[in-house]
Amino acid sequence: MTAVQTESAKSGAAGSAVFPDSDSRKYRYFEPRSKRATHYEDVTVDVQPDPERYLLQDWIIAFPNGKGAYTKDNTAALSSNWHAFRAPDQEWERTHYQRQSRIEAMVQAVIANGRKSGAPKSFDKAWIKILQNHLGAWKHAEFGLGTSLMQAQRYGYTQMINNATLTNSSYKLRLSQDITLYLAEIGMDIPGFDDAAGKRAWLEDKGWQGTREAIESIMGSPDYLEQYFATNIVFEPLVGELFRSGFLMQVASSNGDFITPPVISSAEADYERNLANTIDLMHLLVTDNQHAAHNKKLFQGWVNKHVALANKAAAGLQPIWSQPHSKPVQYADARAQSVERIKKILGELGLTLPKE
Amino acid sequence: MSGTLTLNKITAQRGISVGEAAKKIADLGWNPSYVQEAMTFPTDYKITKAPKDPMKQVLRSYFPMQEEKDNRVYGALDAALRGDMFRNVEPRWVEWMKLFLAIIPFPEISAARSMAMVGRLAPGEDLRTGFTMQMVDEFRHSTIQMNLKKWYMENYIDPAGFDITEEAFGKCYATTIGRQFGEGFITGDAITSANVYLTVVAETAFTNTLFVAMPSEAARNGDYALPTVFLSVQSDESRHIGNGHSMLMSMLKEPENHLLLERDMRYAFWQNHAIVDAAIGTFIEYGTTNRDKNKESYAEMWHRWIFEDYYRTYMLPLEKYGIKIHHDDVQTAWKRLTEKHYVHKVAQFFAVGWSANFWRIEAQTDKDFEWFEHKYPGWYAQFGEFWKWYEKLSHRGQTNILFNSDVGYVYPHRCWSCLVPCLIREDIVTDEIDGKLHTFAHELDRWTAVEAFAGEYQGRPTPAMGRFSGRREWESVYHNVDIADAIKDLGFVRTDGKTLVAQPHLRFDQKEMWTLDDVRGHILKSPLQTLREMSPADREKHLAEYRKGFTINPCN
Repeated sequence: MTAVQTESAKSGAAGSAVFPDSDSRKYRYFEPRSKRATHYEDVTVDVQPDPERYLLQDWIIAFPNGKGAYTKDNTAALSSNWHAFRAPDQEWERTHYQRQSRIEAMVQAVIANGRKSGAPKSFDKAWIKILQNHLGAWKHAEFGLGTSLMQAQRYGYTQMINNATLTNSSYKLRLSQDITLYLAEIGMDIPGFDDAAGKRAWLEDKGWQGTREAIESIMGSPDYLEQYFATNIVFEPLVGELFRSGFLMQVASSNGDFITPPVISSAEADYERNLANTIDLMHLLVTDNQHAAHNKKLFQGWVNKHVALANKAAAGLQPIWSQPHSKPVQYADARAQSVERIKKILGELGLTLPKE
Repeated sequence: MSGTLTLNKITAQRGISVGEAAKKIADLGWNPSYVQEAMTFPTDYKITKAPKDPMKQVLRSYFPMQEEKDNRVYGALDAALRGDMFRNVEPRWVEWMKLFLAIIPFPEISAARSMAMVGRLAPGEDLRTGFTMQMVDEFRHSTIQMNLKKWYMENYIDPAGFDITEEAFGKCYATTIGRQFGEGFITGDAITSANVYLTVVAETAFTNTLFVAMPSEAARNGDYALPTVFLSVQSDESRHIGNGHSMLMSMLKEPENHLLLERDMRYAFWQNHAIVDAAIGTFIEYGTTNRDKNKESYAEMWHRWIFEDYYRTYMLPLEKYGIKIHHDDVQTAWKRLTEKHYVHKVAQFFAVGWSANFWRIEAQTDKDFEWFEHKYPGWYAQFGEFWKWYEKLSHRGQTNILFNSDVGYVYPHRCWSCLVPCLIREDIVTDEIDGKLHTFAHELDRWTAVEAFAGEYQGRPTPAMGRFSGRREWESVYHNVDIADAIKDLGFVRTDGKTLVAQPHLRFDQKEMWTLDDVRGHILKSPLQTLREMSPADREKHLAEYRKGFTINPCN
């Protein structure tokens, strides 16, 4: 056995030899959005390939209908460049876990400290019923959006779209679990607290049926982008923020509850990020140099459909505003604020809010 | 008194148990009555029994646990730099990471996508949190691996190849094998892909070789980063294995699923063997410089993890549920790894095609020969001369080994099923799909493409089953094209416009580096198209010759 021993480099460290591309230390297959690629772009862009970037052999396994793993027609929206989108929240695994973990720590600390001081026992009696029935019902709405977005993250044409949808799903599912466990824990301190009442209200209470219908309509859409759009552009401002910020966050403290607002507050911060991601993506589509008119028309159709459902949902929830003993905020004011909010969001996209 | 008091005891308050928490969370779901969810992921399986979650998973504890794991990973990466890891790392090893890390983030994120599929199909919500965690885990794996690759690119002596990584993944004749793996998780029958192929087989059986054996070898080559990242990745897998097993148990309850399960276990085991063993076997055996005879060979590790652990303790017990297990397939895979030198033939194939790659492959030398012969008796007689040729032809001015007729290597046919070429020459089979001739590495590969991936299986309609598609034979893309033009088209050229990204050596000296001019003048051919163009008689003759194999000429 003889073979010539090859001469290896003495060091494998950068800079220990100079030769062509010995200094090529950036991913050079994609155009960063700004001058330099962000860390998010480096770990995200082009991980999901496609025949345009860079599948030389096309998709090599197909569904029985002949379509490959990812196709553009999973949504009715059109784009001259699906790859342009970058999520403004720049989320990748590390930032996602850091953020989710911080929220879990905050929520658990608030609940534990609140319970330690006996706070749930001093909640107003009527407010306890509201938490039991209505916050209890609301957790299912958040869960429905989470599962819907979990479904949607399978379908987008690029890694950037799917990962933004995935983190949105993760935030929603975390929130639904946070609410579930929060109610279960304070329920142990409140005699007679019925932990199953929330689901009953969700399934049977007349006031919640509009919300359930709106959520099920999003869950049932076969268009992943419609699911993402309807969640963040329509449902969240008209129903989500209305109920969370316009009711729970503002009414809780005057009814002796200082725990619910911080538990819920994380959802509002989550939404700001998810909204920014969604608007950025939809903005690209409504200003697309080839398909702007098509997309605008499509999105206006989604607005019309989901606003009608969301309006019905919001109207169904209206009586809840009159149930607490202390009523620091009126439904009409909260509603006016959420209408203002959606108008602003739609304005960014050149869309209009249909008249009721 | 002070001995009995702890802070926990002082501050503890009544809480809900993990079991109770998981139960309440599982009750978040409901059956929609206003709008039904579209059944967008087709399956031919019937699932009526809701899968249970034996692990009682909740997100409240999941996120902090993962953050802590991340902190350890990133801390270790910083420490590796402070400890000047790259000064002592073996370039032979890191070069193969250009291939491995080009492939792996796509299968990982595909696994995240596939959680949508099983999440929608599984009745009940007991396992929803498990699927959610797996979805986020896979997002973690994909981006943490991209981060590791970026880290290598920034700190390793030769960043070329890392810098084009995801583009290279879509184009290279070696990564095509990895795409078969990743697309297999998300395309076709949702249960076949997302449950059996991904979770029940790939994750339960083969992640041990991927994420445990690989890191051990990395550490032996001075690379402490890969073990840090991949053992952290592997720590998520036990939850995924639990998800897969729970779904599997639900499906077993329906006797009409049994035929499909038999089919899918067979397909998934065989193809995981063909793909994962080809790639990981090569990285471990040929990417290392450590030739300690006391360490386990890839084949020995395979026997421990795949044969003893997976086959005996996971697959075999399925028989009691009425699933036919194909014992012969496991034995055949084992024989391919040992007697038929499967991994060595794959490494030889990768080396022959070095110029169309995007990483450096160094020749094996005397020290390696001894180890291979010790671990795989008979290795030297088959492969020794080849590697001597490879070293000899690694110098500029020599004829590229791919086209050098002095060597005696015969370029192989590509398997239409696993996309690894038909390297165990005597096992090649052919068959037609839609009237077109195809080549297969083994009868089981033919069965996979022709019988399993079809609209009917043993008389039973299987309308949800996927189909093999695209230009599966990589070579046909560059049929009758000069290799230099192909390399340029692939983008596997450094930014000076002439030096190849790939090199057949580890000499970091510009004078030694091959350029387009050094390889120009040789035409690539598609073995399949050539075969199809033959008359039936010539074809039979060709195949008979092919089955006889080839002999490498002595290298003087």
